[in-house]
Amino acid sequence: MNAHSAHGGHGSATTVPHEPVFVGEARERLERLFALYPTKQACLLPALWMVQEVRGWISEPAIGEVAEALGITPAYVKGVVTFYTMYHTHPVGRHFIQVCTTTPCNICGAEDVVKAVLSASGCGDLGATSPDGRFTVIEVECLGACGFATPILVDDDFIENVTPDKVPGILQRYP
Amino acid sequence: MGYPYPSHPKETVVLSRYFGDPEARTYDGWVQRGGYEALRKALGMTREAIVEEVKASGLRGRGGAGFPTGLKWSFMPKEVVKPHYLLCNADESEPGTFKDREIMRWTPHALIEGCAIAAHAIGAERCYIYIRGEFTEPWAVMSAAVEEAYAHGALGANAFGSGKRVDMVLHRGAGAYICGEETAMMNSVEGKRGNPRIKPPFPAVAGLFGMPTTINNVETLAAVPHILNRGAAWYKSLCLGNPKSTGTKLISICGHIQRPGNYEVTMGTPLREILYEMAGGPRPGHTFKAIIPGGSSVPIMTREEAEAALFDYEGIVEQGSMLGSAGMIVMDDTTDMVYQIWRLARFYAHESCAQCTQCREGTAWTTRVLARILAGQGKQEDYQLLLDLAENMTGKTICVLSDSCAAPVVSGIQKFRSEFEAYIAGAREPALAAV
Repeated sequence: MNAHSAHGGHGSATTVPHEPVFVGEARERLERLFALYPTKQACLLPALWMVQEVRGWISEPAIGEVAEALGITPAYVKGVVTFYTMYHTHPVGRHFIQVCTTTPCNICGAEDVVKAVLSASGCGDLGATSPDGRFTVIEVECLGACGFATPILVDDDFIENVTPDKVPGILQRYP
Repeated sequence: MGYPYPSHPKETVVLSRYFGDPEARTYDGWVQRGGYEALRKALGMTREAIVEEVKASGLRGRGGAGFPTGLKWSFMPKEVVKPHYLLCNADESEPGTFKDREIMRWTPHALIEGCAIAAHAIGAERCYIYIRGEFTEPWAVMSAAVEEAYAHGALGANAFGSGKRVDMVLHRGAGAYICGEETAMMNSVEGKRGNPRIKPPFPAVAGLFGMPTTINNVETLAAVPHILNRGAAWYKSLCLGNPKSTGTKLISICGHIQRPGNYEVTMGTPLREILYEMAGGPRPGHTFKAIIPGGSSVPIMTREEAEAALFDYEGIVEQGSMLGSAGMIVMDDTTDMVYQIWRLARFYAHESCAQCTQCREGTAWTTRVLARILAGQGKQEDYQLLLDLAENMTGKTICVLSDSCAAPVVSGIQKFRSEFEAYIAGAREPALAAV
């Protein structure tokens, strides 16, 4: 799926039909989750992770689907989605890069790593997606690996001790 | 051990002994290293006996607050008339802290074992382990280890044939510092925004899903099997003079230091030895300027204060700060303190859940005033403004996030005023563009 097609402006949510996420195996996974918590609502964070895993981001119709599956309102689900910074509420590049710039990394040169990542990825600005749709880069608050400054997350790959000179080589691994 | 460096002779290696040893990650490898003996023993003990043993050890919470662990467990109802829960706080996100990550990456079964023992001790059949969303590798290692523990009968409906049920569920966070606060974490598990709750009721009365709950940090729980195996007296003997601080503590050291990493020391070790001998001291040609000893939420120490401090709960307080999580951020003479204090304030402003006015507004305004100073537009009145804001952010909110923002600002102005002065007087080039 072209990640940008569902973001085509006004009314796109109604013109692009939502393909349900929780069917088949995904539905079974959700049902198994229900057994691990005393309420269905407690499955909200894991359910949102499942949506993001399958679709790459969490759209309005997906919010509606999660709400229905868990018996809560879409407004409530949206409130939760927007509270947590790791859920994408809009499409992002094929590879999502998070660079830690909080104090411990900051004093070890994290801002230069950000510059190198922005330049090598072609994203230009933080939060923007590169014109080829390959990368989106953000600054992230403390990744909890302060002794290995600067850590970056590329998708689910946690990479430690990143310095500006290593950035082009790292990005090459993500076509 | 000073992972990723070898152990230093002055370390006392208990929790970190197998950091870097991939075989310790597997069930069989863990059993070969003496693992799961403590759980077998605990399952044959009464709840009260385990709680007493942990109380006698002097173990205190390693997440930041330092509350006595056995005492916390004793607050749980004696009779189990409704479900009890154990919630393990693996949301390690305090800037400067990266110890729980290594415990989970290298010794996942130590945590599982500690959780299972604690669950039994508080009358809980289910434990949730809340792992921050960014910890992809610890998540994978923990997932595999929990599966193995079930397969070997350490967990499940009849743990090690004891007739006791111990279930363990990993719950993934999704990017919110505040979820490391215990009541926010409970809301997050329940599928809510991570807003902290007003206490009382305390978690032991009405916690997760409204049920009696105990929340413990990863490092605290990982210490429990050692206490059961070797006895409370042994653990208590790991102490260099102050009987209120016992055992070993992992210290994450980062920033401007030669060997950043996780060191494990006996409580009471001089901080000077940790900084200069274990972690190798400052980079060549530099000297330390400031140390934030307990994760970013505690007052900043000057080099002199840090060098005079003993590393334990009370020792750090005596030198004007707090032990917190023992995530030490070391800053040398190249550091622009105003800039870094601004960066910390920005962190707290970003992470405020925005429930309380003092925090929502206070963290944001503090950040703006500091940015103004860095842009060369500061005024003499800004000192008082920042201190007033800090005053209103301390002790007035549901949780301590805004207090944590105030701590580095107030201590920074007190101890590094000349650096603020340089920006305000125009004696230093602006570090930020004017807003």
